[in-house]
Order: sequence, then C-alpha cells, then structure tokens
Amino acid sequence: MTARLAWSDAVAALQLFAVDPAGSGGVLLRSRAGPVRERWLKMLRAALPAEQSVRTIPLHIADGRLLGGLDLNATLLAGRPVAERGLLAEADGGVLVLAMAERLSSATLVHITAAMDARETIVERDGLSLRMPARFGVIALDEGLDDEFAPAALRDRLAFHVDLNGIPTGDAEEFVMDSGEVSMARERLKALKAGKGQVEAMCSAAAALGITSLRAPLLALRVACASAAFDDHITVEQDDIASAARLVLAPRALVFPDADQPEQQEQPPEPPSDPAAEDDRPDTDRPDFDRALDEVILAAVQAALPPDVLAVLRASSGRSRARSQGKAGALQKSGKRGRPAGVLRGDLRAGAKLNVIETLRAAAPWQPLRRREAAMNAGMSARPRILVRKDDFRLSRFKQRTETTTIFVVDASGSAALHRLAEAKGAVELLLADCYIRRDQVALIAFRGSVAELLLPPTRSLARAKRSLAALPGGGGTPLAAGLDAAFALSESIRRKGHTPTVVVLTDGRANIARDGGQGRPRAEEDAISAARQLRSAGITAVLVDTSPRPGASGETLAREMGARYLPLPHADAAILSKAVLASVG
Amino acid sequence: MAIAFPFSAIVGQDDMKLALLIAAVDPKVGGVLAFGDRGSGKSTAVRALAALLPRMKVIVGCRYNCDPDRPAEFCDDCRARAGKGALKSVQMPVPVVDLPLGATEDRVVGALDLERALARGEKAFEPGLLARAHRGFLYIDEANLLEDHLVDLLLDVAASGENVVEREGLSIRHPARFVLVGTGNPEEGELRPQLLDRFGLSVEVKTPDDLPSRIEVVRRRDEFENDSAAFIARWDGEERKLRKKITSARDRLPSVTVTDAALERAARLCMALGTDGLRGELTLMRAARALAALEGAKTVTDDHLRRVAPSALRHRLRRNPLDDAGSSVRVDRAIAEIFG
Repeated sequence: MTARLAWSDAVAALQLFAVDPAGSGGVLLRSRAGPVRERWLKMLRAALPAEQSVRTIPLHIADGRLLGGLDLNATLLAGRPVAERGLLAEADGGVLVLAMAERLSSATLVHITAAMDARETIVERDGLSLRMPARFGVIALDEGLDDEFAPAALRDRLAFHVDLNGIPTGDAEEFVMDSGEVSMARERLKALKAGKGQVEAMCSAAAALGITSLRAPLLALRVACASAAFDDHITVEQDDIASAARLVLAPRALVFPDADQPEQQEQPPEPPSDPAAEDDRPDTDRPDFDRALDEVILAAVQAALPPDVLAVLRASSGRSRARSQGKAGALQKSGKRGRPAGVLRGDLRAGAKLNVIETLRAAAPWQPLRRREAAMNAGMSARPRILVRKDDFRLSRFKQRTETTTIFVVDASGSAALHRLAEAKGAVELLLADCYIRRDQVALIAFRGSVAELLLPPTRSLARAKRSLAALPGGGGTPLAAGLDAAFALSESIRRKGHTPTVVVLTDGRANIARDGGQGRPRAEEDAISAARQLRSAGITAVLVDTSPRPGASGETLAREMGARYLPLPHADAAILSKAVLASVG
Repeated sequence: MAIAFPFSAIVGQDDMKLALLIAAVDPKVGGVLAFGDRGSGKSTAVRALAALLPRMKVIVGCRYNCDPDRPAEFCDDCRARAGKGALKSVQMPVPVVDLPLGATEDRVVGALDLERALARGEKAFEPGLLARAHRGFLYIDEANLLEDHLVDLLLDVAASGENVVEREGLSIRHPARFVLVGTGNPEEGELRPQLLDRFGLSVEVKTPDDLPSRIEVVRRRDEFENDSAAFIARWDGEERKLRKKITSARDRLPSVTVTDAALERAARLCMALGTDGLRGELTLMRAARALAALEGAKTVTDDHLRRVAPSALRHRLRRNPLDDAGSSVRVDRAIAEIFG
C-alpha cells in the first residue's frame, strides 16, 4: 500500500469519525509529532461542526481534574459545596484528545474507558456524588516506537486505527473539509441501520480474520452506518460495509484466511463491488449466509493490508517479531520525586509532602463549626483566618521508582539447552512467583539462533509469563550480544515509564553469534562485552547467573563488564538460584 | 441512570449469569468475581442485574436501607425510632452501587455532610457508598486496579459487615453487608490474594468463539443501541419470568435440605484440592443450596455440587507456579475423582 493510499484512508477515517465521534469510539492516531499529524488534526478540526468542543487531556492529569470534584474557591465563597466539572464531563458532546496515549497510566485509562462505556461519568469524591453525561469521541495520539503501544483496553474501544508514520509530508495532501456536510450526515445517520445479513457478514469476517473482541464488528457496523450517512445512501450499502471493514477490521487482523492468494496489493484498492477471490475457504462450518458480502469484506481488508504484513499474517507465526536494536536515548535524569499519584490522609512525618490545596479543601467545610467552637473556648484574640487541624492534612503521594520490572534474559541456545535450560526455566518460574507476591512486573527475552526475541512484554500476569516460558524451545547459536541489547532497549523503555528495570541474565556466557548475525567466537564475545558495558553505563541493576557446567572466566568477565552480580551455578537447584537472585535484587 | 441491557438478553456467559443469580438468591454466598476477556459483557451483566432484582422492603427515612423485618440488624437510628413507635416501610429497588476507581476514601466510608457543615455549621454524617450498598451489591469494575488503601478498607468492612467511622467528633457505626461483585481483565494485573479470598464465587469469562452466538451478541447489542426502549419492552416477559424465579427461590431456600452425604462429598472435594480454611466448603454448600432452590429442587444433589464447585473453589487453591495446569483444570480433575 502506498503512502498516498494510507493517507487517503487516514482522511476517510477522519471524515467518518467526524460524522459519529461517540458511536465510533474514536481514532488511534499512531504517529510521531510532525507536520503530517498536524495536518490531520487541522483537517479534523475543520470537519467538526464549529460548536463541537475539542479538549485535550495531558498525560499526567490528576484524578480531580479528570473527574471533577469540589471547587475550592467557589465553595469558600458561596458557603456551600460547589462542584467543578471534570474534563470528561466537559468533553460531553465533543472530542477528547489524549496526548501520548502510549504512556497513559492505567488509573487514568480506566476512568476514560468507563466513561466511554457508560457514556457518563460517576463521581464520588470530596463529599460529592455526581453523575454527568459524557458522550465523546476519542483521538488517542500514540507516539510509541516499536513495541510501545497505547493500552489494549483503549485500542479495543476505538474504531479507527490510523498509522501516519511513513507518510511523507509531500504525500499528505490537504483536503478541504466541509463541516456543513458533516452536520447533514449526522442528521441522516439517525435513520440508518445495518441489515441482518450485513451484521452476520461483518461478524463472520471478523472471526475469519482472527479478531476475538466483539467490539470490532460492532464498531465496524457503526462505521458502515456513518459511511452511508456521509455518502448520502438511503440504506447501508455494500460499499459502506467494505470501507468500514477496510478501516476498522484490517488494522486488527491477526490471520488471513486464505493461503495462496497472489499479492495484488500494490494496486489501488479493487472496487469493492467486484467480488474478487473465488477461493474456497477452509472453514466450512460457518453458517451459510450472504457469502458474497463476506468476500467483499475480506477483499476490502486484504487491499488495505501492506504486503509484508500480509505475509506475516499468512505465516501466522503468532510470535512477536524480534525487537529492533535499542537506541541509547538520552538518559532520563531522575530526581527523588516520581509522578504524582494522588493524595492520602495522613500525619506529617518527616519526608511527607503536604498537599496544601487538598488540605485546605479538606478543612474548608469545617470552618464555620470550628470558628464557633473556638469562640466558645474563651475569646482568643488573634485567631488564625483558617482553622486547620491534624485531621485535615493531606499528603501528596508520589509514585517513586519502587515499581520494579524484572527482565529475564534467558539463553536458549543449543549449548545452554544441553546443560540446564530446564533448570533455568524452573528458577525463572520460582522468581515469577516471588515477583507476583511483590506485585512486580516481569518481562521475558530469549535469545537463540541469531536473534533475541521479546517473548513477553512487561506484565503482571503470572499466567501469561508461565505460558510463554513453557513454550520456549532450545537450540541454535548463542547471540548473547543481541540478547543483552534487547534487554537494554527494554530497560530504557521501562525507565521512560517511570519504573525501575532489573535485568537477570541466565547464560553460559559462550557467545558465538555477533551482533550482525555473523559467526565466530572472538567477534561475538567482543560484541557481548560491548553490549554488557551499555547496561553498566546506564546503571541498570543486573544479575548474571552462569549456567555452564564449569563456571569460569568468560561468565565472570561478562558480569564485571555489565556491573552485574555474578552467580555461578555449579550444582544449585532452582530454589537456591531463586533465593540468590532475590537477595541481590533486593 | 443509564438504561441497562436486559439480563435475559445476554447471550451465553452461563457461568457468570448463574453465579450472579446464586448471589442474588443467597447473598451469604459472598460475592462474585468475573475475570476475563475484554468486551465479553462482564460489566453489562452486572449492570443488568440491578434492573432484574425484585424490589426490597426498607424502613422509610432510614439512610442505611434497614430491613423492617429484621430488628436485630437495625442501625442506631432505626433502633431509637423503633422504641418510639411503629416504623413505616417502603419498597425500593435493590441497590447496585458502583465503586468507581477514582473514589476518595471519604466517599466510600462516608464523611461530613458538606452542605450542612458549610451553610449551617452543623456536624452531620453523610453516608458513603458502603451505606448505600447495604443489602445490595457493591460493584467494582476493574477490581484488580483498585487502589490499595481502598482495598484494605473494603476488606475490613466486608469481613465485619459493619462500617465504623471515627473522625473529629464524628463517631458512627452502621451495618454494611453487601455482595461484592468485581470484574477485571487478568492481562492487566492480578487481584491481591487477600481480596480474592473474599469473593465467594469466581468465574472465568470468555468471548464466545462460535460464530452464531457471536453474531447474536452483535445483533442484540446493535438493536439495543438503536432503540433501547423497544428492545427492553421485547425482553420484558423474560425478565419477569427470571425475577419470579429469584423470588420463589428465595422463599424456598430455607427449606432446601443438605444431606450428610452431600456435606461429606463437599468436604472430601475441598480436602482433595487442599483449599485453605473452611470458607471453601461453606461457600460450596451455600451455592449448591441456592442453585437447588433456583431449580426448585428439595434437596442438594451431587449434580448441584458438581456444577457450582468450579466457581466456588477455583480461586482458593494455593498457587503453585510450577504446576502448569490452570486452577479450573485442577478442580475438574478433583471433581472427576470424587464424583466418579
């Protein structure tokens, strides 16, 4: 698919989103900040009717601002509680822009998704209990690199997934948007409904593409209605279904049902009315309904997929692709402070940080009471203007880098497999259980053959970790450098999220594959050492567990260069190993 | 309140629906936890429950939903008033109270009534979410992401059935017995073991994977969103039927007998699985009895036990990270051994 085509899809998504912002959920806009994204956003603003509000949620928004709460100023002035609307309620009937959605904290995310599901916000804060309507469409700006994505719970709820990366500015032609047309389409939308056969076809197409979430076909159907409204169709037509499938289902596709369809993607999308592909699909147990429409949908999806993606889907490897080599980004200099993470009632102990506003907010309602009380207790002459007591103290909590992510880098090469891959797996499982108890996150990188693979991105799910570990095969060369590079890149991305990475390497230290995939022990070892130094210079806590039968110099040198604690493992079993690693990680 | 999707119109998800119905028949079962895939209708089912449940009798003017037929459980207010004369009662819908994740502690346990404090300088207690949920359901969406200090608070109240507030001259205690309903997605993090144990039943929810039911889900959802009033009217008959079933099951519940043989089976099952404490057996027995009542049976049979065992015991097994088999598989294995 060419860049121009990608851009025209992006524009189509924009228009359909403008027709039904809340119904379609929104747009996941994956793109670096830049002129192309700016142009897209500018066109969106032009397409939306003028009265429609567009609000932006900054990344570190406090809960109070997001949900609303007590308006301190107005409350003190009025002498009665005055509620302040939060951003979610303010966005009602409009569009909400999420900046840097790939780094959205789960706490903020759940509020947004809850409001999207219920179409209202429920506030239980500061002595207030409010329900406010909140129907909005979301534009999630996702600037993630490589494996960094906006949270899945959010992606699932957004109909359109648009990727602007790779579209040169020159190809991003600016179109004139007509908000009047959008307003008219919105009127027409009210009367439109997808037919029964269309619902069935969309569901079966989604299933054939390996999309499990039922939100996908639902969103696609709504987008089809929006498309019909926009093109002034009286009913939802085949074209509408096809373009909805292209925009909504294609980016979510996990598998592609037929295996021997020749590539025909470099051409512009085939007119969807032309039922291409007369292949027989393998799944015959599908109910027998509008098969033609089914194929139209699949053809539309296929046309929207770039050939390389299609190839990957056809192979249906299911595994995540090998991580690209990490770039040593500018190291984030972190002070003692973390991200603000809400307030708590508490005592002013040493080190606690008083949150003045929240304290005043807590003290505000008590003022008339306390004043009267103070007046009764003998007429003190010089009374403070505001009576604050110990109970009012609110302390800011910061999420410090206490949340640890332990990255296991497991050598699954032939030499290690021979020796003690099973034992290493056992140890990792024990450590996983410990991580679970301490609520740490874990990630798993394995290296073998010529590449390192991120088998498990950071997760707190014990089940997933166990599954991916169990599936880890052994054999092949020892690309130690690639493994350490992957660990370094992942550490960096974890740090950017404000967590602390800890790397646990299990290897026999016998590198024989260099960074460029070339064979040869000396070069491979050199590369491994330089990768190890990278970890040390970044100051990442590391442990190296030497799993070779006769632990020796190579492991020790590597540990020294890595700044890691060295743990030889001559005859230790999984339990001893787990204890040793825990002791050094702390 | 937003209009809820009718409970009986939910396609599939039988485990979850059954668990919620059991909790509705016998609140003592102790809460339902539904963990599973995104977009599989967990929240929909819980919200639908609110509309489904038969109304309950409460004392007029009581802020804690006291039950006029149970004077032993009155709050202080009602006790004082009961001394003075007869209390009037009124029918109200069973509360299904949302505990939103951003809730502040004050709102959960109750706090000073702001309006009165500011305007009139009076010290008065304004009940929080726990008070409102008394005799009803407390629903936590994304329970696994709930803040720790709120979890602690909930654990305490759920264990004692009473909420105690002590703050600057306010000293209040009131009954707070509710059925905890939690939902969540395990991929986003697991639940703290202490909280896990408080739930009586736990169910795993999956998106249906057969095409006809997937189509049916999407179709009904689509219809509901296009014209919710008409959709609800169409399902009203089914809802009534189900409501009646719950009411009569509640009436029947005390008369359902549990034989010694059934008790022994339950005990053997728990022993085989090595569940901690007696909570597992109790829940298993209560859930089986509620199921029997729902189905109009007079005694608890093996079949009832067998059907509720996975959800009553699944989350109580001691975690063994080295055992690859999931908890459900272990429960199924034990059931097969004991029931043959």
